[in-house]
Amino acid sequence: MSEAAILVASSLSVNLGNRVVLSDISLALSSKHLVALVGPNGAGKTTLLRALAGLLPSEGTIEVCGDALPSLALQERARRFAYLPQGHQVHWPLPAKDIVALGRYPHGAVDPARLSPKDAAAVMRAMQATDVVALGDRRVTELSGGERSRVALARVLAVEAPVLLADEPTASLDPRYQIEVMTNLRTAADNGMLVVVVTHDLGLAARFADVVLVLADGRLVSQGPAADALSENIVADVFRVRTYRADYQRETIIVPWAEV
Amino acid sequence: MVTPGTADRQRTIVIVALCAAVTVLALVSLGVGPVKLSPVAVLDALFGGGSEVQRIIVQEIRLPRAILGLAIGAILGLSGAALQGLLRNPLASPSLFGAPQSAAFGAVLVIATGLADVRSYALPGAAVVAAFASVFVLLMVAGRNAGLLLLILAGLAISSLAGAATSLAMNLSSNPFAALEIAFWLLGSLEDRSFQHVTLALPFIAVGAAILLSQRHAFRTLSLGEETAQSLGVNVGRLRLLVILGVALGVGGAVAVAGAIGFIGLVAPHLMRPLIGYDPARLLVPSALTGAVLLVAADIAVRIIPSTSDIKVGVLTSIIGVPFFLYLIVRERRALGGGVA
Repeated sequence: MSEAAILVASSLSVNLGNRVVLSDISLALSSKHLVALVGPNGAGKTTLLRALAGLLPSEGTIEVCGDALPSLALQERARRFAYLPQGHQVHWPLPAKDIVALGRYPHGAVDPARLSPKDAAAVMRAMQATDVVALGDRRVTELSGGERSRVALARVLAVEAPVLLADEPTASLDPRYQIEVMTNLRTAADNGMLVVVVTHDLGLAARFADVVLVLADGRLVSQGPAADALSENIVADVFRVRTYRADYQRETIIVPWAEV
Repeated sequence: MVTPGTADRQRTIVIVALCAAVTVLALVSLGVGPVKLSPVAVLDALFGGGSEVQRIIVQEIRLPRAILGLAIGAILGLSGAALQGLLRNPLASPSLFGAPQSAAFGAVLVIATGLADVRSYALPGAAVVAAFASVFVLLMVAGRNAGLLLLILAGLAISSLAGAATSLAMNLSSNPFAALEIAFWLLGSLEDRSFQHVTLALPFIAVGAAILLSQRHAFRTLSLGEETAQSLGVNVGRLRLLVILGVALGVGGAVAVAGAIGFIGLVAPHLMRPLIGYDPARLLVPSALTGAVLLVAADIAVRIIPSTSDIKVGVLTSIIGVPFFLYLIVRERRALGGGVA
């Protein structure tokens, strides 16, 4: 797996104030993979995502596409990482199209009204992928939660970065939209990106991810295919729940079932 | 439904209309006063025609006043729009954050301690430093992602402190007439300003405006929050400092020659949002033009309104601005009451 790794972290630690939030995390993730990052509340999932994107100061080393993160200018980092924060808030009622066009900002397309043909094409591809072309001129604040999450997703797809980091993109969505968002991210991975998704939904993680990373108390306790990384024992240890397991159409089904 | 193409065209139309309004008001402003002059006479006198008296009235008495009105109105409107963009907050403005009050304190300190003549660069310099300090402290106190309530409380504290400090400086001033002079100047006025005042204020205002305009596209990324803006390659810490610097230079320069003129920065962006939309980047230039229109119109009004002594333009903008502020509070009541960030 390491020969194709495009995102490598070694001995990564993050301290916020006096608190150790992440300690000694090492991982190597490859293109074309969808990676699910799971763990109980407060395990440090969001912090890890932010640290990987260089949005937080951290100790240890991070390499993306072969370059050490600190050696990259802010704009170059922004071209390599597309980052979708939790809740995807928008403070002003801007047209959905302009929000998606912000994904081209790292490429120098600072004005959504004046996109180059190349940037306009990237915006269009992203909007088609998440089926929001028809919403382009509507104000994001007028959209439903599901529509807004698709617009937010289009914005990160429009960056066309090698690495996409998404923090709980399925939170507060109904089942249909959850599957839709995960399918979109799966397609992005199949098309060549590395996609890292933070989620609380072990079922979605098992169903869609190639690799699952399990984080507990700021440490990486297991990683690998869902069936191994989310084994009965690990889930019981980390999440304090027993799971129901099955195979359906050669996919692993994991459903949290009862407290330990 | 507004498509981007028509939104663009609409913005152009609004900008052209505002430019026309600015020009007309500037001409009216040159004609209004104890000696009334028709627009034709004004234009004549402006370009060296007419009687010598008319030329002196227009070129030396009223032209500096009109130029300062335009420049100060514009920088106040621009500063308001920039602060609202930076903080993603429709109630942000220099006067609610205590920036003009602090700038006035800086200027008064220089006058009261006799460090500088009223017409030296020390005056705007001190005003800029004080304005910078006030906005910087405000943003430090309020912290990142501050909600409306926090910002306004911090602004109230800072403007109260600046007001008290100004009063103290006047209290301790040895010359009672100087104190009275300062008190009037604090009310905000464009009366009897000369080209010396213009050269004093304009460089600061121009540099401040250039800094704010240069950052316009970064404001749009902030619509998605600071973290996302950073992930798009915007250095948010640097942007904050630049905006504070731009606002301080503009407001400091303005206050140094015209005293504290409030509420233009709050009102101007709001007037433009229904016409231009909410995009913080596209609001900057129209807000600046609206600020210029508002201040020059107010400065014409104080000369037309019949009264025994002259009304200060800063008083007029506050009397109109404060009810507008109340209206905005009513509109934002839910956000304020809930205390959500």
